[in-house]
Amino acid sequence: MEMVIFGILALAAVAAGVGVIAQRSAVRSALFLLVNFCSLAGLYILLNAQFVAIVQVIIYAGAIVVLFLFVVMLLGMERAEETPDLRRYQWIAGILLAVLLLAGIVWALIPGETETVAALTRTDNVREIGAALLTDFVIPFELASIVLLVAIIGAVVLAKKRLEG
Amino acid sequence: MVPASFYLILSAILFTLGAVGVLIRRNALVMLMSVEMMLNAVNLTLITYSRFLENIDGQIFVLIVMAVAAAEVAVGLAIVVSFVRHKDTTDVDEMDLLKW
Repeated sequence: MEMVIFGILALAAVAAGVGVIAQRSAVRSALFLLVNFCSLAGLYILLNAQFVAIVQVIIYAGAIVVLFLFVVMLLGMERAEETPDLRRYQWIAGILLAVLLLAGIVWALIPGETETVAALTRTDNVREIGAALLTDFVIPFELASIVLLVAIIGAVVLAKKRLEG
Repeated sequence: MVPASFYLILSAILFTLGAVGVLIRRNALVMLMSVEMMLNAVNLTLITYSRFLENIDGQIFVLIVMAVAAAEVAVGLAIVVSFVRHKDTTDVDEMDLLKW
């Protein structure tokens, strides 16, 4: 079972990686990157690193890919392609995906069917990471905040318009 | 249980794909995405060793790498934005201000 899940996720990661470098349009590359990051998050869960998997989804899939998409759209370097108008089917796809999502969440929480709740109480991954971050690795942890602050200031200074005169 | 070498080979494949992307693409945005993919491949290696050596340090390292990656993307994209203001293109072959 674990091997099958690994195979699916690995295949998705490699296929999405090829998609990132092979796509002509930067928007599509960014969306393939999203698939790549999400399959890696699944692999992290297989490797028993739940906290890193969640952070992967929030930081990489949530923040970094959105930042990429923002800049691609902001620059407007993409030529609009002629695509068939699929908006008529959009609400059907939306409802289907929403039902699927709800079913997935409910199925994960049914007692007896899966053991989500039991597994949550058993894992101490987050506790271990928290303890390590605030004891052995407290200096790198604090330095990361300085790196992020410098990056924020640098990004603002670099991207702002030059004032005339 | 999936053997560690499978994860490491997958990581190698992803890293190579990222490197190929940096080398063959001329779009600065896609090059940055490929760099992100390489960083992710390295993260996968770190997590794999963290699992198979049963040591949490690898996961801490991954979190630090993620912070650095976020900083790198923010600065990199700011450079791309300011470059587009000058030259109106994302093609890296046009980035020749420091050449003489």
